[in-house]
Amino acid sequence: MSDLHERSLRSENQPERSLRSETQLLRLATAGSVDDGKSTLVGRLLFDTKSVLADQIDAVTRASVDKGLSTPDLSLLVDGLRAEREQGITIDVAYRYFATPRRSFVLADTPGHVQYTRNTVSGASTAQLVILLVDARKGVVAQTRKHAAVLALLGVPKLVLAVNKIDLVEDPAVVFADISAEFNSLTRSLGWSPEDVLEIPVSALNGDNVAERSVNTPYYDGPTLIEHLESVPVDAEPHRVGLRFPVQYVIRPRTTEFPDYRGYAGQIAAGEVRPGDEIVILPSGVRTTVERIDTADGELDVAHAGRSVTVVLADDVDVSRGDVIVSAADAPEPLGEFDATVCWLAEKPLRPGARLLLKHGTKTTQAIVGSLAERLDEQELTSDPSPESLELNEIGKISVRVAEPIVADDYTVNRHTGSFLLIDPAGGNTLAAGLVGDAISAVELGNRV
Amino acid sequence: MTIDISPSPTLARPRLDGSQFDTLDALESEAIHIFREVAGEFERPVILFSGGKDSTVLLHLAIKAFWPAPLPFALLHVDTGHNLPEVLAFRDHVVSKYNLRLHVAKVEDYLADGRLTERPDGIRNPLQTVPLLDAIAENRFDAVFGGGRRDEERSRAKERIFSLRNAFGQWDPKKQRPELWNLYNGKHSPGEQVRVFPLSNFTELDIWRYIARDDVELASIYYAHERPVFSRDGMWMTPGVWGGPNEGEVLENRLVRYRTVGDGSTTGAVLSEAADNEAILAEVAASRLTERGATRGDDRVSEAAMEDRKREGYF
Repeated sequence: MSDLHERSLRSENQPERSLRSETQLLRLATAGSVDDGKSTLVGRLLFDTKSVLADQIDAVTRASVDKGLSTPDLSLLVDGLRAEREQGITIDVAYRYFATPRRSFVLADTPGHVQYTRNTVSGASTAQLVILLVDARKGVVAQTRKHAAVLALLGVPKLVLAVNKIDLVEDPAVVFADISAEFNSLTRSLGWSPEDVLEIPVSALNGDNVAERSVNTPYYDGPTLIEHLESVPVDAEPHRVGLRFPVQYVIRPRTTEFPDYRGYAGQIAAGEVRPGDEIVILPSGVRTTVERIDTADGELDVAHAGRSVTVVLADDVDVSRGDVIVSAADAPEPLGEFDATVCWLAEKPLRPGARLLLKHGTKTTQAIVGSLAERLDEQELTSDPSPESLELNEIGKISVRVAEPIVADDYTVNRHTGSFLLIDPAGGNTLAAGLVGDAISAVELGNRV
Repeated sequence: MTIDISPSPTLARPRLDGSQFDTLDALESEAIHIFREVAGEFERPVILFSGGKDSTVLLHLAIKAFWPAPLPFALLHVDTGHNLPEVLAFRDHVVSKYNLRLHVAKVEDYLADGRLTERPDGIRNPLQTVPLLDAIAENRFDAVFGGGRRDEERSRAKERIFSLRNAFGQWDPKKQRPELWNLYNGKHSPGEQVRVFPLSNFTELDIWRYIARDDVELASIYYAHERPVFSRDGMWMTPGVWGGPNEGEVLENRLVRYRTVGDGSTTGAVLSEAADNEAILAEVAASRLTERGATRGDDRVSEAAMEDRKREGYF
């Protein structure tokens, strides 16, 4: 950590960003109420990593001067952008980009009003880390608990609690210790390990502990927010299942150079693949081996989850879009009927018996919703049994029957193979975020896998 | 990592160490995944190609996504009639190099028969929308790839990767579908189209890093070269059918390069000695560094002009 500490983010002499590309990409999201200073914190992250353009800073400086402020109001970097957009869409996710010499960041900036669970779900679905904000004067509030529950449900691996406006409380050391203890107990009950959760006292307004270590927080000896973001270990996806390779597209050139080439293109959803690996094609169950892993740059000796590749198999077998190539040693049973947890994202409520489309991996199939088993009360982290319907932003447990079996894992085991969409067959809109298995109970019981 | 993605006659290709996976690999894999999803789910996709760096990277990734098969999409260029000759030459070069199909929708055809009227300021970018939508309708394109990046413009920060448009090509920000995990929903009704942005998560610097890493061939105007230009509003403009130099504007030979490709009337060159990818990468990174107040005025103006051009652009 010391080399990080010595590196000055404000140095004007050194290239701020690596010219080379050995940096890692970290996907993160924010959650918290606007009143907690989230816009200022996001603005501060962009500003301190020099990720805003000169004209944007000029505009903010001018606007701040007009408002009679002596220092630029960084929330205008974010809020000012919003104001330019059509009214009424401030409830939506925005994506922001910043980078340090060690990592590039894609930040899903999710406005935090308590009723917009769908935005939190959207932002958190791809996030490896979420920054949850609280106002030091208010501490852990109902909304914090609700956000934490949704993030636990979605399996967000790492959490940061930014205890903002720490400069505004009377006894910051005690306040910070109390909030940290309460948050730790909350996140432990939701299934996070203590090492996956970090609390940082910050002042987004002054920049305390964001990019620069603050002299105002002697009771805190942990990393700054940016130090933590660029050093926190995030595995692409823990190895809990073998290869899962949803076939996206069959590559058949039929050219004079490649008359017989047949490769199966896709992005590895879980596990890894090497030439020579024994695999099974599901749902057909045909077994063969991997001959080659092709990319346009050349063959790979191994490909891990997240990489888009083309797999060439040893035998001439029938494989098409929607099939999943899995490791022979760890092949799941295709599911024709299963339980799932859904976050309902549509105005029109979900009722039992609904006929919908289900998109899982590269397969889209018809689905019928059976029973509604329970509805999560995110406030109390308890469940209501047998609700009549699921309304907008509500989370519940359902049973689903699909026309064609899907090759899935439990969401708590793998986010990619365990997630699906429910789609309106009439208009095509996305109705629900779906999680295969009993993720909802895991949240209630606080025993995430 | 320099590769030639034109189909090679043999499969004797290098075996790469697949264990490394950095930012550019992640962005590339995401873009390739998006291309393949569209190929798998849509009937008639098309790639918008302007000859600029973003659409050139877009095309490069598309070709990689389907290697060694030919690209399963055609290209569509909306030609304003104000393009720099080097850009049109590059467009045609790329089309013939990869044996692609190219549709061209010409603003000048619309001006000639009165369907469009020249604006008083002579700027053609806003006029591109009608030919674009006509071309989409005539060819029944149902997915249209664009090189838009979320970092490049404010309204794009909220743009989805799969962006549904109505029959008029309109984006309704209030009706955007939530985009979850990497499950892209391409369902649409007849007449609707989906605009697809595989480069959404690239930043400008990522694009240049990627160009350098993959040795992507670009239009020559991106590299420093001497050309006759005149100064206007702090930008170095190339004379052409779009007008200039006006009175008081002096034509002179300068060492310049273009940072962005667009209409000759609105796109200016910057003074630069950066003649290769490494030098440009250094220049782009450095110019971002000094953006906090120390930037030269002319840089700032051209940056704003670029933003304006993109805001008015058809995507």
